[in-house]
Amino acid sequence: MNSAEMTSKSAAAIDRARAQGRSALIGYLPAGYPSVEDTIAAGIALAENGADLIEIGIPYSDPVMDGQVIQAATTEALAKGFHVKQVFDVVAGITSKTDAAVLVMTYWNPVVRMGVDEFSRRLAEAGGAGLITPDLIPDEAAEWMAASDKYGLDRVFLVAPSSTAERMQRTVDASRGFVYAVSIMGVTGARTSVSTAAKDVVAAAHDAGAERVCVGLGVSTADQVREIAAYAEGVIVGTALVAALRDGGVDAVEALTKDLSTGLAPEAGHTTDGA
Amino acid sequence: MADAPSGHAENNTAEAFLQGGSLRHAPGPYFGGYGGRWMPESLIAALDELEETFNKAKDDPDFRAQIADLNKNYSGRPSLLTEAKRFSQHAGGVRVFLKREDLNHTGSHKINNVLGQALLAKRMGKTRIIAETGAGQHGVASATAAALLGLDCVVYMGAEDCRRQALNVARMELLGAKVIPVTSGSQTLKDAINDALRDWVANVANTHYLLGTAAGAHPFPAMVRYFHEVIGEEARAQILEQEGRLPDAVCACIGGGSNAIGIFHGFLDDPSVKIYGFEAGGDGVETGRHAATISLGKPGVLHGARSYLMQDDDGQTIESHSISAGLDYPGVGPEHSYLSDIGRVSYEPITDTEAMEAFRLLCRTEGIIPAIESAHALAGAIKVGQRLAAEDPANAAEKIIIVNLSGRGDKDVATAAEWFDLLDKDSAESEIGKEGEQL
Repeated sequence: MNSAEMTSKSAAAIDRARAQGRSALIGYLPAGYPSVEDTIAAGIALAENGADLIEIGIPYSDPVMDGQVIQAATTEALAKGFHVKQVFDVVAGITSKTDAAVLVMTYWNPVVRMGVDEFSRRLAEAGGAGLITPDLIPDEAAEWMAASDKYGLDRVFLVAPSSTAERMQRTVDASRGFVYAVSIMGVTGARTSVSTAAKDVVAAAHDAGAERVCVGLGVSTADQVREIAAYAEGVIVGTALVAALRDGGVDAVEALTKDLSTGLAPEAGHTTDGA
Repeated sequence: MADAPSGHAENNTAEAFLQGGSLRHAPGPYFGGYGGRWMPESLIAALDELEETFNKAKDDPDFRAQIADLNKNYSGRPSLLTEAKRFSQHAGGVRVFLKREDLNHTGSHKINNVLGQALLAKRMGKTRIIAETGAGQHGVASATAAALLGLDCVVYMGAEDCRRQALNVARMELLGAKVIPVTSGSQTLKDAINDALRDWVANVANTHYLLGTAAGAHPFPAMVRYFHEVIGEEARAQILEQEGRLPDAVCACIGGGSNAIGIFHGFLDDPSVKIYGFEAGGDGVETGRHAATISLGKPGVLHGARSYLMQDDDGQTIESHSISAGLDYPGVGPEHSYLSDIGRVSYEPITDTEAMEAFRLLCRTEGIIPAIESAHALAGAIKVGQRLAAEDPANAAEKIIIVNLSGRGDKDVATAAEWFDLLDKDSAESEIGKEGEQL
């Protein structure tokens, strides 16, 4: 990983979990849903109840990697007038109150529109750790590579079950902080089981030299967290948290986070591969 | 040129674009600073596979023979090049020729692309195709190709469009396709593309996404153009044969831009030929209710490509508006963005009203009911003809314009009847048209 001489907030957060003998928990929330204040409150609740990293999504008009629950939330946020610049308020609101690393998950066009350098500067100022970019591959990321180096931000690219060995290597090399392993071929949304493909993707990323690999898509229960924590440095939960926020507000996010975090530590019968 | 676009190069001359050599057969992934692959990593392997399969097929005589055979014996190619003598009188008195893509099987140029891509799907061993559609034309064409080649077909279509175009939904189902109404986002064509992409991510192992226009991630823009290049090749040969010379101008309508890039391609390297793309100006570009992506958009990334894009200050896609469902798309193919920037092609908006006047004019002067999409090109040709005539009045009757008549207007009769107030107020068609107008 291209992180030797740069401090990575995401890597530091994952390493703190690792020092406690467990994997890291990463929780996703869409900015501005149901309001900017609620996103901040829910983010703080996440951090105080077991999440090590927080992923704040920017609502976008064309979220091709998101399933219905997250689409509904981000569509509502946009309908209520969410503006992209408010994501920096959310990031600052959470980082000022917690030690969690806060990343922004965004489709690429809103960043292009603001200007990659300008967006990066403001994210760094807000205390953000970096970006997760679901529709930006390293091949197209020259501008982001430069800006993330300039402002010391993590660049979390995705790898998938369909990634070839060559693409896996290229993506691992381009990433900083961690590598986001997509567990299944599909979009976000809770699923009853995590596919076996996830374990293979994580192994391939490790083989390509990734020190920190986190698994997302379809993870919604403590049992699934436990299953993934056995082989990955981090577990990402999105849709389940958004549904909890929708149905039960910040209290429900707090309760679900507590429950999910019980799956992070290895138990008898489960092994970790050197975490 | 009252509604000429601003901010883009206007020097439609040889020197500016031919210095660097040929503009034909641009392979992608980039067209100048446009194009690329702004896509989830999950789909990159499928795009690689498609590119490789396409590149091999292009060089395979068997594949080319298959396409040629289908074009001739199934689609009915070559399509005619018809001189529109009575229509021409309204275009400054220049000579207007129509490239008759409306005469193809399924009634538009769309068949060229779907046959090519469906054959590629078979080559890749895929058993299922998915497609997006606005009014239903690409959906019908995709369902047709799937039926012909024995593939499963699923078409994503905005829920409102499904209701407005109930007959096209029935047509797709008659052909064996499954139509899924799209209720996400703005429930329009762009959201149908989003849902098709979501389907593709989940089913990429057995599914090919048969994108309907020359947009999207590489290799789609170059590949879709390749399958439509036959339009321009034929038109160029036909005008040389019929008139012994090249046209002075070529006109086409632009939504995503597939019919346009197909006919433009034949003439890109002919410096004497001016090329015009006509975007949907909707209610007028000053109203904000339009689909004039190149004229008024800004570069951004959507659906896999960097290109001009209708977007707000936050980079959120703005909903487009046009009386023509086929042009009602807030993006545009990346090669068009490039051809605009370098000044090789001029892009101008045509309002709904201008398009519908040209629609009626062609009906009444030539006995041809055009698609409302194509009527935008006809309206543009009237303006171009009048300009050519004004520049050189003595030789106006010698000037030649080729218009790509990309589709026939049978599908648009309800919309046109409502526009021209031809329906009995109590008729069912009147209700459909009225509700359509509200969107």
